[in-house]
Amino acid sequence: MKENKQHTILKAHQLSIGYKTKKAETVIASNINFELQKGQLIGLVGANGIGKSTLLRTLIKVQPELSGSIRLNNKDLKTTTTLELAKQLSIVLTEPLSSKNLSVIELVALGRHPYTNWIGNLTENDTTIIKKALTLVNILELKDKKCYELSDGQLQKVMIARALAQDTDVIVLDEPTSHLDMYHKAYILKLLQKLTKETGKTILFSSHEIDLAIQLCDTMIVMQKDNVVCNQPCHLITEGVFESLFPKDLIVFDDKTGSFRVTK
Amino acid sequence: MGEQKTYRLQFTLLAFALLVCFVVNISLGSINIPLKSIFGSFFGSVESSSNWNVIIMDYRLPKAITAIMVGSGLGISGLLMQTLFRNPLAGPFVLGISSGASLGVALVILGSGLFGGLFATALATKWSIVIAASLGSFLVLLAVLAVSNKVRDTMAILIIGLMFGSITAAIVSVLSYFSSAEQLQQYIFWGFGSLSNLSWSELLIFFCIYAIGLILSIASIKGLNSLLLGDNYAKSLGLNLKQSRFIIIVATSLIAGTITAFAGPIAFIGLAIPHLTRQIFKTTNHKILLPAVFLFGGIVMLICDTIAQVPNSDYTLPINAITALVGAPVVIWLLVRQRKMMF
Repeated sequence: MKENKQHTILKAHQLSIGYKTKKAETVIASNINFELQKGQLIGLVGANGIGKSTLLRTLIKVQPELSGSIRLNNKDLKTTTTLELAKQLSIVLTEPLSSKNLSVIELVALGRHPYTNWIGNLTENDTTIIKKALTLVNILELKDKKCYELSDGQLQKVMIARALAQDTDVIVLDEPTSHLDMYHKAYILKLLQKLTKETGKTILFSSHEIDLAIQLCDTMIVMQKDNVVCNQPCHLITEGVFESLFPKDLIVFDDKTGSFRVTK
Repeated sequence: MGEQKTYRLQFTLLAFALLVCFVVNISLGSINIPLKSIFGSFFGSVESSSNWNVIIMDYRLPKAITAIMVGSGLGISGLLMQTLFRNPLAGPFVLGISSGASLGVALVILGSGLFGGLFATALATKWSIVIAASLGSFLVLLAVLAVSNKVRDTMAILIIGLMFGSITAAIVSVLSYFSSAEQLQQYIFWGFGSLSNLSWSELLIFFCIYAIGLILSIASIKGLNSLLLGDNYAKSLGLNLKQSRFIIIVATSLIAGTITAFAGPIAFIGLAIPHLTRQIFKTTNHKILLPAVFLFGGIVMLICDTIAQVPNSDYTLPINAITALVGAPVVIWLLVRQRKMMF
């Protein structure tokens, strides 16, 4: 039990998420509990509008939690400063880049910001880390291209390289596979799996590719209307969690193949 | 690695070009002064009471320095606004800072008619114009700041800036309806923009405020770079978003506000210079762009001013007309050539 605790990177306890205005509190999901271990690939799945993005936004401190606690490296997220957080957690969002005029290397180099001096000068160590990030994602030959010249798949890899260059324990990705074709969906998720193995980072992503996630993830967080389950994919299958994920009138889960089928 | 490119050659060339433009600007004017005497005045080898010396030291030199400060300052505030608002069309005008300044000036020059003819002459002195313009831009800045703390959407702030422009235009047209031809002429002349008529003491005040704005801009370089990714990414990189935004807006309003106060509302430079600079410096790194925009802005403004004074003639064209004639085609050319403007 004690050993287990040492490897826990991110922990949510009795977490309740949603939006708070002056008048009312809109609870989107509550009673969320999970512990994410070091070096794991974690997939977050659930139907549209169930609160996946809200959960991720809460975990990366873009919006505050309603109640409960999130602990990153055993420190409460509320007391973690922006700069401390920047050194522990990096993100890849769905929102489009503000400036597509950035070159790949400039963009990846921005990942070093939490470590550079007031004007952002890169040290030799920084350039080594940037190069390593580019190599890990196999985009070293793209380094001088401008972002507007890249395809969606390439751009996603560049954003992942930027997050790697930030050199954090945790990387959170919001739907990294949307807009991508079948091959690139598999490619990106496989890449994430490789990164957890080679760098020991914890990678959490949300996705609609449930069958791919079942095959690749170490742990999955499944968001349903009333509860949020976190376990290994094989356990989740035997517990029948995926069957109740969607209404049964159109698609059914086949627990032998670990994928969904359209009902005939 | 590509990222660490220093563009040393381009910087050397630009600095040299700035120097050449500076000397050319000073040597050309309504009276022909040989180059030898110009250097003579700089180094004190010409009698200080001679006519040429007076023209150079009290008229042409302050004007050339003003041109450099106006061009570089407007360029830098344009660069800051384009990055902060993530909009390639942003500039000091879009934020409403220049409109605020114009409103202040309009109230002083035109409004005096409303308050009775007695005040007219007392109010419309040069200093009151400067104070009114600074106050106007500062008030608009406060309003924009208040809004930007409430509204997180940068588009909304841009639109609010445009609305300030409309309000200014409306108030000016109401005021001009009630004011005399003389007052109207005075306001219109201010609106033409002018780099001359600044005394050394005025120049010193101008320089001090400009320098503060410049220092704040340099301090914001790292933040500006991370803002290129968008607010959420910038925050995830450890940037204090509210503070950085505040510093950038204060820097812009200080620079653009004083420039409008001393030189009038000068159009297009703030918008065009950053885009021109990006054509030569193929980078988005503000560490490179900021000094490049500084040099480029100074050069373009000196050239515009040299054209405006029509060498060897008594005519001086309005500087604002020249900057628009130079700036507008540049923006059109960029749009046609690239099909889209990027920042």
